[in-house]
Amino acid sequence: MSTYPTILDTQPEAANEPGHGREGSFGPTLVPPARPLASVSTLNPEQPLARPEETVTVGVPPVRTIVVDRAPVPVAPPAARESIRLSSAPGPERLTLEQVSVSYGPKQAVNSVSLPIHQGEVLALIGPSGCGKTTLLRTLNRLTELTPSSARSGRVLIDGEDVDGMPDTRLRARVAMVFQQPNPFPMSIFDNVAFALREQSRKRPNRRALEPQVIDALKRAALYDEVCDDLSRPALRLSGGQQQRLCIARAIALRPEVLLLDEPCSALDPISTGVIEDLIHELRRDLAVVIVTHNLAQARRVADKVAFMYMGDLIEYGTTQQVFEEPRATRTRDYVQGAFG
Amino acid sequence: MASVFGAKVGGSTPRRPARGRGSSLREWRWRDRIVLLAAWAAGLMLCVVAGAIVLYMAVRGIEYLRPKLLIERPQVSLTQNGSGGFLDPLLGTLLLTAIGMAIATPLAVCTALWIVEYGRPTALARLVESSVEVVAGTPDIVIAIFGLAVFELGFLGPLSSSAPNGLVVGRSFIAAGAMMSLIALPPLFVATRDGLQAVPQHMREAAFSLGKTRIATIRRVLLPSVRPNIATGATLGISRIIGDTAIVVLLLGNTLRLEGQGQVPGWSILRGTGSSLTSYVFYNSPAGEGRAPQKAYAAAFLLLAFVVALNWLVGRIGGSRASGGMSGPMLAP
Repeated sequence: MSTYPTILDTQPEAANEPGHGREGSFGPTLVPPARPLASVSTLNPEQPLARPEETVTVGVPPVRTIVVDRAPVPVAPPAARESIRLSSAPGPERLTLEQVSVSYGPKQAVNSVSLPIHQGEVLALIGPSGCGKTTLLRTLNRLTELTPSSARSGRVLIDGEDVDGMPDTRLRARVAMVFQQPNPFPMSIFDNVAFALREQSRKRPNRRALEPQVIDALKRAALYDEVCDDLSRPALRLSGGQQQRLCIARAIALRPEVLLLDEPCSALDPISTGVIEDLIHELRRDLAVVIVTHNLAQARRVADKVAFMYMGDLIEYGTTQQVFEEPRATRTRDYVQGAFG
Repeated sequence: MASVFGAKVGGSTPRRPARGRGSSLREWRWRDRIVLLAAWAAGLMLCVVAGAIVLYMAVRGIEYLRPKLLIERPQVSLTQNGSGGFLDPLLGTLLLTAIGMAIATPLAVCTALWIVEYGRPTALARLVESSVEVVAGTPDIVIAIFGLAVFELGFLGPLSSSAPNGLVVGRSFIAAGAMMSLIALPPLFVATRDGLQAVPQHMREAAFSLGKTRIATIRRVLLPSVRPNIATGATLGISRIIGDTAIVVLLLGNTLRLEGQGQVPGWSILRGTGSSLTSYVFYNSPAGEGRAPQKAYAAAFLLLAFVVALNWLVGRIGGSRASGGMSGPMLAP
């Protein structure tokens, strides 16, 4: 409660200064309430982890007191990440985009983008909402074709082979995708992964034949230890983070060459996000990973290469360090520094 | 935002009491009071009517319903005691339901799948949807007389009973069941279509992005997710078949007993005529020829019990869906 007088003291000055008009207009919200606000604790009331002096109540709208109850998950420190990054040389070029343009009816979503995507590195597509990054991602496994009004020009090559020349089912087995919302199928954990592995032919492999592959996929997705006691549990009972890792397990079970991630952590809490980011680091050894993200800090943490898109155009492409620290284009600099977006 | 919080929290203005259902009726306007009264009265009246039906049928039904009625065959008799039980109408109802659902379920599910998953050309899809609506809105007696016209055609003779001189009468379990499928189809179709439309698009995309074909997606992902919807629609369809009278009277021949047609066992029953619980109630009611109102009440109670049980089942399926189905934990991880 001691914060109020200080804020109140500074408020009139801030309002008087012409450059601080924005803060001044919010001044009245800082008027202290007639009676103290009850602080809400999300934890068991029998174990008061938040001592009164630690309770910080900011602003006037009822504020939920934030109590840090768990130590953050140990993630690789930046220095260690940097060493991994330097030690992994980019592998062969897996996907090549040549002058790719996509439009939905009259609206041009992606304008003539050319990019290489290498195995062994993570490419992050960043940019403000509606800049075409998700559309570009969905072009890579021809998922845009499900939208009747979409049209694409330019070429996408996987290992030098034009994706238009192969059946879409074969392409999608080689270029797997994980979505923003965790979307396991309404079946058991085992069946979710086995569904990806089962052929569409008449002869369906039985459970025993698939088991090693399913377990391997779950292990690579860092989920096996949490679910190994009962693989026949419904997948929808898992937590959000576990569901998303199950979706990754399902995607990598087919041993694809490229993994597309469409904002995989935007529906998850920070702890699950940390687990998945570590997983992405592990996975890129065997795969080319393309991740779309809104979260610039995440792009900085996980990506080796960054492509910045704006209004359908590819503005800048380079290593993470170069794009974030010495961007060539003004718009990139403004975006990574938070001037817009 | 500033004005809202500044005025409310900082000032000493007392909060105005919210006007709602909790506040005293005396503060309400007259018009509001009348509408409230009318709403209460309408609701209560419905409860009274429903309660009266169930109670009256239960009292009369339990009074006359004896276990032996369920296993005795009906007799044509002038006295109430000699008219036997209603085994044949009971079997007739079950058989009609089985035939109707066996035809309606695949038709409705396939139509719904086509509309939602393919649905092209759009004009054709719209035509199909409005056709289902037309069928749903057609009175059952109209469906029945149309069915009679169809099954009286000479080349459909093997499917129904015929007179000794070879004239096709067009009445049989097959004919009645086929027309029953038409009245069970609309609720099944609507339930399946709505269920499929409620499956989030990213579910389909997830299956496609694993390299699955559309057929594999439908079979392994979509159909399992809409199974509760299909069950709900099927239960509604069954209760419509059980409750229908017009089709039975016109197309089943309305003979008291199952009258086989031909020599092939089983098939002869399907080709033959019979009755159902509804037509049995009609026949034995004071309006009919049987003049055994006690039997009519017993059969009517059985019918009501079936329908109430089916409605309860629909509620159970819906409830289990809300707790564990697609819309449950997946959308709120």
